[in-house]
Amino acid sequence: MQPLTNRSKVVVKKEMTLLEKMYLPAIFNGMMITFKHMFKKSATIRYPEQKREFSEIYRGHHVLKRDDNGAERCTACGLCAVSCPAEAITMQAAERKEGEEKLYREEKYAATYEINMLRCIFCGLCEEACPKEAIFLTDRLVPTEFERNDFVFGKDKLVEKMDDRIDVTKRQTQAVLDFKQNNKYSHNKLK
Amino acid sequence: MENYYIFKIILVVALFLVSLLVAMYSTYGERKISALMQDRIGPNRAGPLGLLQPLADGIKMFMKEEIIPNVSNKTLFILGPCLAMTTALMAGVLVPWGGKVEFMGETYNLQVADLNIGVLYIFGVTSLGVYGIMIGGWASNNKYSLMGAIRASAQMISYEIAMGLAIIALIMTTGTMSLGEIAAQQDAGLANIVYQPIGFLIFLICAFAELNRAPFDMPESESELIGGYHTEYSSMKLGLFLFAEYINMFISSAVIVTFYFGGYNFPFQNEINEALGLSTNMATALGTLVMFGKIFFFIFFFMWVRWTLPRFRYDQLMRLGWKSMIPLAILNILITGVVMWMNGKLN
Repeated sequence: MQPLTNRSKVVVKKEMTLLEKMYLPAIFNGMMITFKHMFKKSATIRYPEQKREFSEIYRGHHVLKRDDNGAERCTACGLCAVSCPAEAITMQAAERKEGEEKLYREEKYAATYEINMLRCIFCGLCEEACPKEAIFLTDRLVPTEFERNDFVFGKDKLVEKMDDRIDVTKRQTQAVLDFKQNNKYSHNKLK
Repeated sequence: MENYYIFKIILVVALFLVSLLVAMYSTYGERKISALMQDRIGPNRAGPLGLLQPLADGIKMFMKEEIIPNVSNKTLFILGPCLAMTTALMAGVLVPWGGKVEFMGETYNLQVADLNIGVLYIFGVTSLGVYGIMIGGWASNNKYSLMGAIRASAQMISYEIAMGLAIIALIMTTGTMSLGEIAAQQDAGLANIVYQPIGFLIFLICAFAELNRAPFDMPESESELIGGYHTEYSSMKLGLFLFAEYINMFISSAVIVTFYFGGYNFPFQNEINEALGLSTNMATALGTLVMFGKIFFFIFFFMWVRWTLPRFRYDQLMRLGWKSMIPLAILNILITGVVMWMNGKLN
């Protein structure tokens, strides 16, 4: 069989030579290795003062975007819930009443929208499925809680605040956009 | 005569405090060095560079709940850590920490007691150290503690023989058992390591075993015996056990330095002292500083080895002790004797 890497070693149970039996050369070599490590840069990130840089396409805490007028974009179509492989998303739709045009963009909206953060695997399929550009994954960390029920995040935690808008363009690199575009029209292509 | 007692009392108190201080900061050093060797940072939150960490650990130890197991033998359970600590502190009195000191118009040696059988005394006291571990492990009434205690006693007894034999060769070359004289003999000539390299190696390896330090930390073996003899201990009683280990490390480093590395002497000391024009006391202080430098190197060495080597298996440990160390030590005595005979130093 052809070896995958050149790192494998054939193990032979051979008698140790006198030098090996003395252990001391091996111990000396080992101690030199640890001594060298004393002067190496440590990998530690001193957390509260320093923070690890996230990758540009990091997929973290979800956000439900509003449009520029402050109306919620989500129309409760349910595509995200259908696409979710972990079945973490549930929602209930409601009809927009007269005078609520400022709040909701279209006639239908999500009265409740819940993501179970313990089930979510942060794959980003909801974002990909969304036809209204309403749900995005951001580079924020999901806050920790003490109770399991507290991990079911409702609209209060998901919908973005108008005075504290969240930038989601960082994740929309050209490669991501191309991928989305490609998927959008893939059903038209001949197999 | 009164001055004599005042001097000795000051020296004893100072030695006690210095031992505790060094042991305290050895815990800090251990953590810092292990961190550096594993590419980490180590304690850095309590005070600048984490220098107050030992203090915080001490307070923590005192505040913890003190548990004495119901089924344990209470007297022995308390006696164990006390004995470990006492014996650890007892050995330091014999080490010569420096040369001559002028105090209130009289000249003394910077040494609490210079017994003419000092080497034997040190041996006796360090051997007593195993009683603390044995009694503690036995009194806990816990199978892991007992296993640790049995291992500790077996290991310490078997390595003591090789250690003693290594020392016999040293005594043959120095011709005295007093630590003060052994240190003083090395002032002008070469350090004893030059005459006794094999003896030093045996002594060092046995010191690791006597101290229960890695790679011979059989009695503790936290991975298989949960902590060995101190499994059932909590609060400051555990602290005393751990503290005793660090004090032992300090004292045995001092003993190694005295035996093999010239103690408070350093190369060209007379010339340097004359060139700097130092008084007797200042010269002694310089020598003591140099000695502490050597001691700290050995403490660092103990830690260095601990964070490099994995633990020996129990049978390997015994085989190394009985089949390698003891024959090698006897061979060392023989070689020493033959060389001395050839140089006409045997009468």
